[in-house]
Amino acid sequence: MGERRWMVGRRTPKGDAAACVTGQARFTDDIRLPRMLHGRIVRSPHAHARILGVDASAAMRIPGVLAVITGKDLPHPYGIIPWTQDEHVLCVDKARYIGDAVAAVAALDEETAARAANAVAVHYEPLPAVTTVEQALAPGAPVIHEGNKHGNVLKHVELAFGDVEAALAASDVIVDLESTFESTTHVAMEPHCAIGQVEPHGVLTVISATQVPHYLHRELARVLELPMDRVRVIQPNVGGGFGGKSEPFDLEFCVAKLAMMTGRPVKIRYTREEVFYAHRGRHGMRMRHRVGAMKDGRLTGCDAKIDIDGGGYASFGLVTTYYSGQLLAAPLHLPAYRFDARRVYTNKPACGPKRGHGSVQPRFAFEVAVDQLAEKLGLDPMELRRRNLLEGGNRTVNGLLVRSNGFAECLERVEKASGWKEKFRKLPFGRGVGVAGSFYISGTNYPIYPNDMPQSAVQMKVDRSGRVTIFSGVSDIGQGAMSMLAQIACEELGVLPTSVRVLAADTDLTPVDLGAYSSRITLMAGNACLMAARQLGDKVRDAVARRWNCQSVDVLLADGWAMRQSDTAQKVAIHDAFQWAETDGGTLGSVGHFNTPKDVHGSYRGGTIGASPAYSFTAHVAEVTVDPETGRVRVENIWAAHDGGTALNPLLVEGQIEGCAVMGLGEALFEEHTFHPSGLHRGPTLLDYRIPTTGDVPRIHPILVETNDPVGPYGAKEAGEGPLHSSIPAIANAIHDAVGIRVNAVPFSPSQVLRLLHAKEVLDAAAARV
Amino acid sequence: MTAKCADKAVNEKDARKQMRRLLDIQAIINGDSVRAAISPNVTLVQLLREILDLPGTKRGCDRGECGACTVLVDGAPVLSCLMLAADVDGRRVETVEALARGPDLHPLQQAFVELGATQCGFCTPGMLMSARALLETESSPSREQIEKALGGNLCRCTGYTKIVDAVEEAARRIGKEGARHG
Repeated sequence: MGERRWMVGRRTPKGDAAACVTGQARFTDDIRLPRMLHGRIVRSPHAHARILGVDASAAMRIPGVLAVITGKDLPHPYGIIPWTQDEHVLCVDKARYIGDAVAAVAALDEETAARAANAVAVHYEPLPAVTTVEQALAPGAPVIHEGNKHGNVLKHVELAFGDVEAALAASDVIVDLESTFESTTHVAMEPHCAIGQVEPHGVLTVISATQVPHYLHRELARVLELPMDRVRVIQPNVGGGFGGKSEPFDLEFCVAKLAMMTGRPVKIRYTREEVFYAHRGRHGMRMRHRVGAMKDGRLTGCDAKIDIDGGGYASFGLVTTYYSGQLLAAPLHLPAYRFDARRVYTNKPACGPKRGHGSVQPRFAFEVAVDQLAEKLGLDPMELRRRNLLEGGNRTVNGLLVRSNGFAECLERVEKASGWKEKFRKLPFGRGVGVAGSFYISGTNYPIYPNDMPQSAVQMKVDRSGRVTIFSGVSDIGQGAMSMLAQIACEELGVLPTSVRVLAADTDLTPVDLGAYSSRITLMAGNACLMAARQLGDKVRDAVARRWNCQSVDVLLADGWAMRQSDTAQKVAIHDAFQWAETDGGTLGSVGHFNTPKDVHGSYRGGTIGASPAYSFTAHVAEVTVDPETGRVRVENIWAAHDGGTALNPLLVEGQIEGCAVMGLGEALFEEHTFHPSGLHRGPTLLDYRIPTTGDVPRIHPILVETNDPVGPYGAKEAGEGPLHSSIPAIANAIHDAVGIRVNAVPFSPSQVLRLLHAKEVLDAAAARV
Repeated sequence: MTAKCADKAVNEKDARKQMRRLLDIQAIINGDSVRAAISPNVTLVQLLREILDLPGTKRGCDRGECGACTVLVDGAPVLSCLMLAADVDGRRVETVEALARGPDLHPLQQAFVELGATQCGFCTPGMLMSARALLETESSPSREQIEKALGGNLCRCTGYTKIVDAVEEAARRIGKEGARHG
């Protein structure tokens, strides 16, 4: 059938869009079960405290309170990374941040549950708290996890590729950039919510707003001491994730335990304040990047040192530590590279993976350093990047295999679309443009827990009504994972989208997919779906060919028909073709799976982390105005070119690019997850933690660059996280073009901009006098 | 301590008795005359979601910051998490469930679907109600007017571009439709 495609590449509305606009999409909090109770979690008011005792008697006396649980009821530690399981559902010995869960109650309604939670008396012995990396690393600092081998350092990674010192010493110019990146958080519009229920046949069902039903399934079974086949996880519509729902959370275990105790369904829904404590958002980082180049603009090497503020628990921190270094080795070729990164525990809500996990912060620093190099060398930063392209098919200096690479085209497209040549260094004072580039993984070659089973599987059934049903473990969190599967089934089986049902993310009914993280679903579940659909397509074509006395390859399934390619006037409705196939071969069903290549990575310890079947590439140009009176930065335009491979559905790919650009803009200009020295969150509300509104949003110009990746389904790669990376440094570089200052602390607050402007004025005035 | 589980039968009876101080209200909700006996502290979003079984209206913050719970009261957009249910006594309330006419989507809904203005869909009901209120007063709004009208509705998925596009497109379609009938 060659490259002729009738459905892939079409702008297709998301399958559940009509449900979303009519209020019929069912989110977890929309589900009410008969006799359902409401739970509430009691949280620590201390950043660091020993728990001496919990007295629930007053809470239990409140009419309508049915159960209270504490740490002793759920004694098994858990954690998303098997090697760093340092969390308990409810604190057993110590509370490690303000908001840490200590007890949970179940009551007849939300109001009574809240009153009961307040009535639980917890006796704390406050301990000295460390709320910055400096404090946590100071000699004699209080240790947050006594069992941890290296004090408050969760993970320290030092990796070197080539001789960086020699490379930097031989460089014509070096930029030495110290920078900071404040922690930011996801702010999915739907707060976390879960319902636990014990079915009459003894199966524990947890309905949850999660991005990782499979990992939740495993951890629920382990912590609650149930066999996995007695636990069912159902993920309904999820109101956004961005990484904030990609590991198990206290509420999921609490609803399960409380339901097991009371025999009634129990729901817990986080308040917006609790969402800020659950966090797992972007790590704050302090970084130093030294990057060298020769006079002709060729980069010589990069040396990075990164301190990562982790918060109270490990979460994905082991991976974050690696990613902060590993994911800098493209799109520009680094002949020599070294990084030294450590993630440190502090008494604050735990950080974790937020869209562009671990790599957004160093990407900011590196792209600003590259801009500085271009300035020093008198080169156009576009041109400097062009002189350092990683060649297609190459391995990066740290051994990542890049099979398809559209970065050069991304640069060219944003350069042209933005009118770069007419604008760069030519706009009046206060206005400027900046460029940045980046890359990202399309899933990880290695799953979170070691195993060699497929990372994604699909079961498919075709029936005589003409309907195709897809069973898949994928988590649709708004990105359109289910629609992507449906579109592939349509492409292969010739049915219209209205004839496809997707049943997803129910561990009783659907085969495993590892979840919506690391931008893995389109590539992995897409390939699994393609494999399943092609088997059925072959059966249908064979059945039709038999009746038309032609070759199977001459039969095309498209647009609701089976038709003869050589004579499209000969056709039969697709449900008739399905019936022929069922007549010939019996009931129609198939399975497909995808597993990752396990041999493609650097052959050093840690070399598997960052290894992906395919990498996406991005380039942004941002155009800004800077008000020198107020220090306020306004982004006017963002041109965002993204190589996500073949765009299976350009409408949804654009949506990802636009969403990434604006999320990046929020981080660049005002988002900040900040704390009082005591460890108290400075503003766990949406008024204090400001995310972009319609009033902040520039014109965004998404540009799709479509390379044909050899591993991705139809050549598709990721689009959900990559396009965020370039956003922040492009804005930083545009600020420099506008007013000549180098912002080095994210976010670029008006006070920072003003301070730098004043410093520059003083320097300029001094220079003028000399 | 370890887990405690109450004698639920006794407690439940007491609890129900305590919750008894109820208020009678009557309102037109999505065109239907509705009577309800509610506690005085019940908010409008609770009335809609938990008592009237209209879960289309979402709770994103419960403190008037995110706009997900936006509904129309007498045609004006309000944050239903900040309004007491008792305050809608004798008034007209419209939620996202009333936007479509039978199986036919409202032009706003249609445009949101076609233009990709809904991703996770959690902000969408509130967004649609704010947009509807705008189009009632301004039939062909500028982009700036749309951005202002939706300024209190937070969305984290779309970056807003496609949402503003969809409202613009819906206004255009409604205008055309009106011209044809007019």
